[in-house]
Amino acid sequence: MALLQTQNLTAHYGDFQALFGVDIELGKAETVAIIGANGAGKTTLMRSIAGVLQNDPRAVSFDNKNIGALAADEIMAQGVAMVPEGRKLFPSLTVEENLLIGTYGRKTDGHWNLKTVYDLFPILAERRHNPGTALSGGQQQMVAIGRALMSNPRVLLCDEISLGLAPVVIKDIYKAIPQIKAAGASMIVVEQDIAQAMAVADRVYCMMEGRVTLSGTPDSLSRDDIHNAYFGANH
Amino acid sequence: MAYTVTTQTPASRIATILGAILVVVLIVLPFFAGRGTIQDMFFILTMLVLAQFWNLLAGYGGLVSIGQQAFVGMGAYALFGAVILLGLDPVPSILLAGVAALVIAVPTAFFAFRLNGAYFAIGTWVIAEVVRLLVAQWKTLGGGTGTSLPRDATRDMWFVEGIEEMLGVRSAAARDILAYWLALALALATIGGIYWLLRTRRGLALAAVRDNTEAAKSVGVDAARMKWTVFLTSAFGTGLAGGLIYMQKARISPDAAFSVTDWTAYVIFIVVIGGIGTIEGPIIGVLVFFALQALLADFGSWYLMTLGVLAIVIMLIAPRGLWGLLSERTGLHLFPIRRRLSGGQLTTSEE
Amino acid sequence: MIWVDTIIQGILLGGLYALFAAGLSLVFGIMRLVNLAHGDLIVMGAYLMLVLVTLLGLSPFLAVFIAMPLMFVLGWVLQKFLLNRTLGDDILPPLLVTFGLSIALQNALLEGFSADSQRLPTNALTTASVDVGPITLGVMPLLTFASAVLVIIGLNQLFYRTELGRAFRATSDDATTASLMGIKPANIFATATGIALVIVTIAALYLGLRANFDPNIGPARLIYAFEAVIIGGLGSLWGTLLGGIIIGVAQTVGAAVNPEWQILAGHVAFLVVLLVRPRGLFPRAND
Repeated sequence: MALLQTQNLTAHYGDFQALFGVDIELGKAETVAIIGANGAGKTTLMRSIAGVLQNDPRAVSFDNKNIGALAADEIMAQGVAMVPEGRKLFPSLTVEENLLIGTYGRKTDGHWNLKTVYDLFPILAERRHNPGTALSGGQQQMVAIGRALMSNPRVLLCDEISLGLAPVVIKDIYKAIPQIKAAGASMIVVEQDIAQAMAVADRVYCMMEGRVTLSGTPDSLSRDDIHNAYFGANH
Repeated sequence: MAYTVTTQTPASRIATILGAILVVVLIVLPFFAGRGTIQDMFFILTMLVLAQFWNLLAGYGGLVSIGQQAFVGMGAYALFGAVILLGLDPVPSILLAGVAALVIAVPTAFFAFRLNGAYFAIGTWVIAEVVRLLVAQWKTLGGGTGTSLPRDATRDMWFVEGIEEMLGVRSAAARDILAYWLALALALATIGGIYWLLRTRRGLALAAVRDNTEAAKSVGVDAARMKWTVFLTSAFGTGLAGGLIYMQKARISPDAAFSVTDWTAYVIFIVVIGGIGTIEGPIIGVLVFFALQALLADFGSWYLMTLGVLAIVIMLIAPRGLWGLLSERTGLHLFPIRRRLSGGQLTTSEE
Repeated sequence: MIWVDTIIQGILLGGLYALFAAGLSLVFGIMRLVNLAHGDLIVMGAYLMLVLVTLLGLSPFLAVFIAMPLMFVLGWVLQKFLLNRTLGDDILPPLLVTFGLSIALQNALLEGFSADSQRLPTNALTTASVDVGPITLGVMPLLTFASAVLVIIGLNQLFYRTELGRAFRATSDDATTASLMGIKPANIFATATGIALVIVTIAALYLGLRANFDPNIGPARLIYAFEAVIIGGLGSLWGTLLGGIIIGVAQTVGAAVNPEWQILAGHVAFLVVLLVRPRGLFPRAND
């Protein structure tokens, strides 16, 4: 039984339908990557799982409970934390306060706390009293990941954590992923950077125009498969 | 087949005919109605004018003012000043009332436009307070206690003698009838003028500014100028109404003429209850307001409490007011503003 | 020496205005809501204490501690079930709903308590004064000012030293992202308004002890509060205190020149600051 799964998940923005019956699964201790072009619906899928967008109760289940209709704060309290697209640090809070607020709705003993997050991203310890938004993009991304880890989530949703960052910075951030996995979190990683996604994922889903068009393990998928799933067969 | 762009709807054509009949009835009303009815109608018409101008500000311009009493009071005091100090006839002094309101609207806008959104609202209120306190220092017009129009000025007012003879009424009734006709003319001009304004390019620009200032700027709408235009127009009209109201009352005091309850709270309730952002809304609103007043006036503060609660409820469950509910159900538009394409392959259709 | 005395009285009066303003500033800072019923809520707080004092025979200084939790609950419920429904991009609903609330509240108080002015019972303490050198200071104005400073220190501690304060700031920055942290923005807003009404209760205590009050004086208190907030700069609590002091000094100086100019002088001071520093004396950087 999957730890988290979506069943026939749909999403609308007004009259515009963004997702058409998406089914994905995430097993315990598994890392799943979701890839796809801009506008494929990846971020919408993350927002639906995290409860920013609400759904039919049965559209999302977590730990055998239907959570599709729960609000974001309730889902977070159950142990599903998100690193949102664009990092979204709180400008009025310092780096350390940004990390601390990650535990607001869920306080559990686990691997992650201020000390272990600072061990994972040592630069943050040096900048702990700076305003979150005074940091570089890569450092801000580290804060956003650390903030989500602080609640020791059972599922970590990472939305486009490489977006807008230099390749060398992206490498630094992806170096942390194995440690996060080792500490026990299952992860869904949304990426446009296919190589990064393939490197960390146990399985991959490819999305196009609001549907899952391909899924499998990274080894089982050929470049052509991915290309077709990404852009459509006619390109 | 040619395309035509039209704002007319079948309902609006019928409304035009019914409206014309209504106007004729209202004009001849003094020939068969009693003095009480005329006074009630005067009240309804002047409140309607105030409501239309507040609606222009808030509903179309997005400028929520709680300081309209500044313009009512200033207009009223200008009329009293012109009659008492300059010896002018009260009727032409009404125009001066509008001008005086316009004059204080310039510094008011200058200050209030520095405040955004919600703070603009309280800013206009502060300035109205300042004007009230300053006017209360004006000793020749009675200071804090106020004053009355001189008896000979009201007796010899333009047209009054003619009305006395034509209708065979006494002087006091003739003055009420004169005030009523002036209020009717002002209300018709206000509704007509606002309707005209909203149908022009400027009206479209206004809607654009209200909906999104930044976007409107990017397509070349000068948002700041639109705000000034709306604010000054509304101040001028409100000042005219203020002058007219106090010409009829013939007695003034700063607390009454600058009353936030009488000239702003009531007006806001009329617009919100009737439907903000439509011309029909204030018309419905003023009728509901008058009916409630007739029904509840004896209950004192219960009446205002009811209005306050009603405004809250309407804002929460039907933010477009009674007219919004009605036109949603029926698709009715008496003053259609939306341009619709007709002719050719297309059929006329509501959005 | 008379001028020094006048100015000191003005500074102390500013403490009262800062108390009026702190709740308004708090609510605006967190949810960008301007509550037009703020002044009427202060007056209502004064009547609540009057009832407690009359019915239970308590000292006003004890009654305030009973009134505070009651007012907190009122604020919480008001925000959660009424005002939260008005929040959004459109500024009309919150303004018109709180304006309706202001009028309804004023008239409910009129119906319940009549238009007669009332006063909380004073005792030896409230009429006492102390001599500081050549100047005589009332104990009440000193207490008021000290309370204002304590309230502002307390609010700053709450904001910058507690988890709730972090949640306030985070929700103010970005409510959606805050909800990803397990924060319920609706409850955060309700709590903030609850706290604002606790401060309103403190303000009401001094309002009722220092002078007469009646159901109609709310709007004027709203205006003073508003002026203090704008002068100080939105979101700066110490700025709000300074704003209150500027209004207070302007009023006492104005009154010393001509008693009829008291209120007018305060408004004029506000307009001058608005003219010179439209964003207030201590504007917040990211607004």
